[in-house]
Amino acid sequence: MKVNVDIAHCKGCGICIAFCPKQVFTYSKKRNTYGTATPEPSKEEECIGCRLCEKLCPDAAIQVEETK
Amino acid sequence: MNRLMERYLRLDALPTLFCPGCGNGIVQQAFVTAVDKLGIRDDIACVSGIGCSSWVPCYLDLDVMHTTHGRALAFAQGLKLARPDKKIAVFTGDGDCLAIGGNHFLHACKRNIDLAVIMINNHIYGMTGGQKSPATPQGAATKTSPWGAYDEPIEGADLAICMGATYVARWTTAHPVQLEKSIEAAIKHKGFSFIEVIAQCPTQSGKSVYGDKDPAFIMKKLKENSVIYKEGDHVPAGKIKCGVLHHDNDKTEYIERMETQLRLYAESKAPKTSGEGEQAK
Repeated sequence: MKVNVDIAHCKGCGICIAFCPKQVFTYSKKRNTYGTATPEPSKEEECIGCRLCEKLCPDAAIQVEETK
Repeated sequence: MNRLMERYLRLDALPTLFCPGCGNGIVQQAFVTAVDKLGIRDDIACVSGIGCSSWVPCYLDLDVMHTTHGRALAFAQGLKLARPDKKIAVFTGDGDCLAIGGNHFLHACKRNIDLAVIMINNHIYGMTGGQKSPATPQGAATKTSPWGAYDEPIEGADLAICMGATYVARWTTAHPVQLEKSIEAAIKHKGFSFIEVIAQCPTQSGKSVYGDKDPAFIMKKLKENSVIYKEGDHVPAGKIKCGVLHHDNDKTEYIERMETQLRLYAESKAPKTSGEGEQAK
């Protein structure tokens, strides 16, 4: 699975970090143009593809893609 | 960016005015997914009133009408009567629907006109700075009730059932998949459908109603406090009743009823005049 976080649209609310059942996300030290800390899919290989982060992102900044 | 939302959003209008962690974005995405599944992008119009929740359709690349405070349902009924072949979704908030537009809401429910109403309930007037709304729970200290609210909140979904709406559901933003399915069913349903979405407002109702400003904390609390309700179940005090609360397919829709009535009236008039005409000849 490939998890893409679009940091140009992310507002850094932290919902994806709290709701991921496999704790794929962590806060990264990179800040976006709003000056907010953005999530980083640091354990991407553990993603099971439930797409909960995609559905719960209020700013539609996450896209989960299947890789084979 | 999410590919589905990229196709439906007005990208030049971004970023949205919603605060970080606002529940309105989740409802927006659920609505777009439902519309995309049904494939009715060109056959749906959105109407909204005033408030944070009413900004949800304004970022969508659909036919949208942003109307006066509380009158979203009145405008939507007029639009439905003018174009009965199209589907109409109405976005309102708890203040817009239950306080300022309360009268329009009661009468639209009573008429059972074919609209899909999505009421986003964040328990507060968020846009104007956190005043007490009719849906504010008891004990919540808001800007206009600093010692704690002491009146009973209005339950929007229960009021809709009582006034005769034919599809009533309630979900929270922590149930995105169920919400999508409910919105899809509400758009398909012929009659007045009402969906109440309990959403988090981390900026205004976060501290006063839930006790913490973290959106993820509020959503987890909402998920813990909700019970999936089936008719006849006992709901413990303090829990949110979620699920499809009422579904009635038997009641006739307003426009159908109006057309039947007009046809009956025309039939009652027609034979007499034609008969008299023949006799005169």
